[in-house]
This record gives sequence, structure tokens and C-alpha cells, in this order.
Amino acid sequence: MTSLISISTTIAIIILVIGMVFAFIRLIRGPSLPDRVVALDVIATMAVGALSLVSIQTGQQILLDVALSIALITFLGTVALSMSLEKGVFK
Amino acid sequence: MILQILVAACAIAGACFMALAGLGILRMPDLFTRMHASTKGASLGVALLLLAVALAFQDISVATKALLTTVFIFLTAPVAAHMIGRAAYAKNVPLWKNSVIDEARGKIETAVPQSSQTENGTRPGLSDAPPDSSQARRGDND
Repeated sequence: MTSLISISTTIAIIILVIGMVFAFIRLIRGPSLPDRVVALDVIATMAVGALSLVSIQTGQQILLDVALSIALITFLGTVALSMSLEKGVFK
Repeated sequence: MILQILVAACAIAGACFMALAGLGILRMPDLFTRMHASTKGASLGVALLLLAVALAFQDISVATKALLTTVFIFLTAPVAAHMIGRAAYAKNVPLWKNSVIDEARGKIETAVPQSSQTENGTRPGLSDAPPDSSQARRGDND
């Protein structure tokens, strides 16, 4: 019975890691700095999803707190990077 | 049994949406189209995954935490995308060459003035709107 949830979360984690690899390629070869910031934002959102999947698989509820903290810190980082980009700190 | 099938369906659908967001951020031709792919796809994917969490645990505290995370991501993803798009436009990140409309033209100050951009051809595909129409549009907005 629980093997259905276990198998499906494993498949979902594999799919999610493939998407994370795509975003990581864009992070490496993005032509401009905003491309890299957007790629990093997507990677962090995917990390939130992956943590929730791992918490289903292992039954650890505490991982949801980690996911919420990652979401908070990512928003702060994106806003700070875009504000410093607009003020011309980089280049 | 039905609940487990529902959890499995939500998990796989959410993971597929997030993988599509990653594919879009890799394959789209332009920063702004990349943001269009990534923001919406990743938000919907994370909402489905947290719905799967809330269904799997069947606990009120876990469901509250999942709802809180979903609401937070749905509130902050458009704000972050707006700020990074505005900063990129102000820094003259080029649009795709087949773009048909540039509604922010003349409304956001750019680092390089846009009159010299058309001479240099850094935004080549955009047909220049006549200046009187853009003035009229701005007057309507005021």
C-alpha cells in the first residue's frame, strides 16, 4: 500500500532532478546576470519541491520548515540582487 | 487507496510542471520569455507538490505549513519576477529578435538611451511605434 507512494515520490524526485539540471545549465551559460538570477530562483523553488517530496518519503515533518525557510531566503536574495543590479553595483 | 493514488498523481504532476519550467528556462530565446516560463510553471508545480504533502500526512499542522508555503510562493514569485525584469530592462538586456511589442519602451529609464539603441540595432526586431501615439498613451495613463 505504501509502496505506491514510495515509488511515485521516487519517480517525481528523478523528474525534478532532471529539471534542476536544465536550470543549472542555464545558470552556468546564461549570457547576462539577470538570466543567472532567474535560474537560481527556479533552482531554489525546485529545492522546496524536492524537500517536500523527501518529507513524504521519509515521514519527517521537520523538512517542511526547512522548505519554508528556503522560500523566504530565496525571495530576499532575488530582491537584493535585482535592486543592486538596478543601482549599478555590477558593471 | 484512492488517497494514495491522489498523492501519487499530485506528486508526479507537480514534478512534471517543475521539469517543464526547467526546460523552458533552458530553451526559451530571451530573458523575458524565460521568466514567463519559469515563474508560472514553478509556482504551479510547487503548489501541487505541497498539496501532495498535505494529503499524505493528514495532519492539521502539516497542512497549515504547506498552505503557508504555497501562499508565500504565490505572493513572492510575481514580485521577484517583476523586480528582476525591471532591472534587466533598465540594464538593456536585449529582447528576442522576433518580439512584436515593447510596452515598457519610454516608460522605464534605461542605462543606454533607446534612441541610440535603434541606430546601433541592439533591439532590431521591434518596429518603432510613432512617437505621438506613445505620447498619447502615456497621457491617457496620467
